[in-house]
Amino acid sequence: MSDALLQARGLTKRYGARLACADISFDLDPGEVLAIVGESGSGKSTLLSLIATELAPDAGTVSYRMRDGVMRDLAGLSKAERRALMRTDWGFVRQDATQGLRMAVSAGGNVGERLMGLGERHYGQIRAQAIDWLDRVEIAADRIDDPPTRFSGGMRQRLQIARNLVTTPRLVLMDEPTSGLDVSVQARLLDLIRRLVAELGLAVIIVTHDLAVARLLSHRVMVMRAGRVVETGLTDQVLDDPADAYTQLLVSSVLAA
Amino acid sequence: MNAALEFRDVSKSFTLHLRGGTVLPVVAGASFAVAPGECGVLWGPSGTGKSSLLRMAYGNYRCDGGAILVRDGGRVIDVARAAPREVLALRARTMSYVSQFLRVIPRVSARDVVEAAGREGGMSEAAARARAGDLLARLNLPERLWNLPPATFSGGEQQRVNIARGLIAPRPILLLDEPTASLDAQNRAVVAELVEERRAAGAAILGIVHDAAMREAIGGRIIDVTRFGTARAA
Amino acid sequence: MSDMREFRPGADPSSRLPPRSGDDGVAGALPPQAGRGDEASAYNFAYLDEGTKRMIRRALLKAVAVPGYQVPFASREMPMPYGWGTGGVQVTAAILGRSDVLKVIDQGADDTTNAVSIRRFFAKTAGVATTTHTAEASVIQTRHRIPERPLTENQTLVYQVPIPEPLRFLEPRETETRQMHALAEYGLMHVKLYEDISRHGHIATTYAYPVEVAGRYVMDPSPTPKFDNPKMDDCPALQLFGAGRERRIYAVPPYTKVRSLDFEDHPFRVQRFDQPCALCAAEGVYLDEMLMDDSGRRMFICSDTDHCEERRAAGHVGTEGVA
Repeated sequence: MSDALLQARGLTKRYGARLACADISFDLDPGEVLAIVGESGSGKSTLLSLIATELAPDAGTVSYRMRDGVMRDLAGLSKAERRALMRTDWGFVRQDATQGLRMAVSAGGNVGERLMGLGERHYGQIRAQAIDWLDRVEIAADRIDDPPTRFSGGMRQRLQIARNLVTTPRLVLMDEPTSGLDVSVQARLLDLIRRLVAELGLAVIIVTHDLAVARLLSHRVMVMRAGRVVETGLTDQVLDDPADAYTQLLVSSVLAA
Repeated sequence: MNAALEFRDVSKSFTLHLRGGTVLPVVAGASFAVAPGECGVLWGPSGTGKSSLLRMAYGNYRCDGGAILVRDGGRVIDVARAAPREVLALRARTMSYVSQFLRVIPRVSARDVVEAAGREGGMSEAAARARAGDLLARLNLPERLWNLPPATFSGGEQQRVNIARGLIAPRPILLLDEPTASLDAQNRAVVAELVEERRAAGAAILGIVHDAAMREAIGGRIIDVTRFGTARAA
Repeated sequence: MSDMREFRPGADPSSRLPPRSGDDGVAGALPPQAGRGDEASAYNFAYLDEGTKRMIRRALLKAVAVPGYQVPFASREMPMPYGWGTGGVQVTAAILGRSDVLKVIDQGADDTTNAVSIRRFFAKTAGVATTTHTAEASVIQTRHRIPERPLTENQTLVYQVPIPEPLRFLEPRETETRQMHALAEYGLMHVKLYEDISRHGHIATTYAYPVEVAGRYVMDPSPTPKFDNPKMDDCPALQLFGAGRERRIYAVPPYTKVRSLDFEDHPFRVQRFDQPCALCAAEGVYLDEMLMDDSGRRMFICSDTDHCEERRAAGHVGTEGVA
C-alpha cells in the first residue's frame, strides 16, 4: 500500500561468500509491529542493521516516510539528516544495554540527551520530562541521578526504552530486547513494551528468536532462515498454521508458544 | 451479499513437512452463510474441521481455496485473500472470536484484559470499564479476582474472563469455539443469555456448541460439517 | 632501533641535531642579548626547523579561518615532556619573530618552574626579549589563565592545551566526536552540564568550561578557569591553542563571539570571590588560596602575579599587604 511508513526493497548483504540477507522486501505500516524471527545466524540482526543504515546493503533500498509525508530513500539522505532522523523519529533498543546507554551518565542524563540534542535548553523542563519517562517505564524518580551501572538488567532495558521514546519517535527498532533477562523480568518488560507500543501507536521492528515474544507483541511476523524470508504473515496465522517446513520445525521446537 | 459471513467453496488441508510432507485434508467445498441476527452452529463429530472453519473465518488459519466473505460496514472483504492489516482491522471492528482457552498475558489483570478488548473494539475507556465490570459480574467471577492476573485462576474462571473479553465490544460477527466447555450449568446459562442478547441485537453468530441447552437458547441453526468432508476415509 | 643503541645516557639529545645555522639566516644573526653562549647557534631560530614552523603556520591559518575547529598537525617531539606545554611551545615557536617580546605564565604566575623554563627556552633558542609585564608582551604563552589586564590587538595569546576535545568526557570514540563537530551535534555537551547540575545543584564545572565559538564549533578552553571565559569573547587579541600530545591546533580570531554554554534556568556565571586580593585589594579578579602557616591561616591573593605587582606598585594595599 502507498501509505507505508517504511519500505524495504531487495535488501541484500553478503559477508564474503556467505549471504546474510537475500533480496528482502517488506512494507511496514504506521503503528504496525513486525517481528523478525529466526535462529542465530539467520540474518535477522543483519537485516535490522541494514534498516537502521548502520550497515550498507550490497543491493536494495530502505525508504521511510518523513514527518512531512514524503517517502525518502534513506541512502539518499545526507549524513546530518539521517542522524537527526535516527535520534528523533526513530529509536533503537539494543540487546546489550551498554551499547544503547551512556553508562557513565545518570539515568536522567540518558533520557535527556535526545531532548538536548533537539535544542532543549531548560534544565528544569528536561528533568521533568526525564522523571515523567522514568515513571512511564516504572523506574522510581529517586533513581534519576543514578548511572545505569547501578541498575539491574531489566531496569537498564527500561531505561533504554525511555531514552528512545522521549522524542516520541514513530518507529522503534528492537534487537532481542528481552533476551538474557530472568523470566519474570522478561514478562514485566514485555508487558511494558506492549502497553507503550499500543498507547503511542508506535511502529516497531523487533528481532527475536523467541516466538512467544513475537506472539505477544507483533501483528505480523517474518520468519528468516539462512538470509532468506521463508514465511511471512499475520503473527497468529504463521505460528498457528505454519506453511513452510522450517517454520513448522521452529514452532514445534518450542514449548507452547 | 445479505449475509454477514459467507463461506464459498472453501477448502483447507495441512501439509505436515515434519512428517515427510504428508497432506492432511480438512474440508473441501464448504459453502454456507450466516445472516445478521442469525446463529449458525457447526455440527459434526470431532475431527471434521469445525474448529478449522472458525479459525479460517477469523484469519487464524489459512484458506487454501474458495472465499470467506465478511461484510464490513458497506464493504465485503474476502478473509482468504485479505492482507494482514485488513484482517487485523476486521478483528478490531467486525469480528470477535471466543476460543476455548484464555491466552494469559503476564501481569495484566482480569479486568484490564477485558477492558483492553473493549477499547480495541472502539469503546471509550469509561464505557469499556463499566461494561467489563458488568460482564464479569454477570459471569459470576468473584470481584476479588478482578484485579489479579488470570494466570493463577482455575480453568473455569479463566474461561469466563475469556468470554467477557470476546463479548465486550459489540461487533457484528461473533465466532464461538465451544466457549462453555469448562463451565458449570449455571454459568453456561449466563453465557447463553449473553450470546442471545447479542444475536437479538443483530449480530451474526457462528459457533461450535455442544451443549444442547445453550444451542436451544440461542436458536442455533445446524450447519452439517460432514457435508464438507474430504475423502479422508478413503 | 639502531638509534636506540647509539643513545648514550647523559648526552644532551639536542647535541645530535644537525646545525641549522643556514636556515633563514636567523640563527647566525641572533640579537646580542640572546648570545649567552655559542651553543645557541646550534639551534634554528626558536628551536624548530623552518619546515616544521611552516607546517604549524599552515595549521594555524586554517584554525583562524575556521574558528574553534580542531586542526590536526604533525606535533613534534620537544625537549620537554608532554604535559609541560609542548603544544603551546610549538605554536609560540611558529609565530615568534625576532622583535617579539615574550611573556609566559603558568597559573597566572610568571615565576613558576614551567613558566621560567619556557621563557628561558625561547630566550636561548630565539634570543627574543622576555618580560613579565602583560602590557609589554606581544606574545603571551599561558597555561590556565588569561591576564587580568585587557589584551590588545597587538598581542597574541598562546594556550597550552592538554585535552582539546570537549566531547571526550562522554564520547570516547574520535570518529564519533569528529562526526558530532562536523554536524554541530552538541546535545552531548549539554549532557555534561546536566550531569553537573544534577550532582551539585549548579554547573560545577569551573575549568575547561565549554564554549561555542562564532556560533558554530564547540571548543574546550582547556584548563583555563571559567572565570576567564568572558575574556575570550570579543577579545582584540588573537588566541591560539596548541595540544602537543593530541596533535591539535585551534584558534579564536580577534573580536570573535565566544559564548559559554548553559541552560536557560542555570545561566553561565563566573566564580565570585567574597573578598578582594589580600595583597593589592583588587576586586573582580581571579584569586588563589594560599595557606599561611601550619595553623591553617589562609589568604586569597591575585592569581595574576603581574597584575598584583602593578597594583601594589601603584599604591594599592590589601589586608595582608605591605604599604
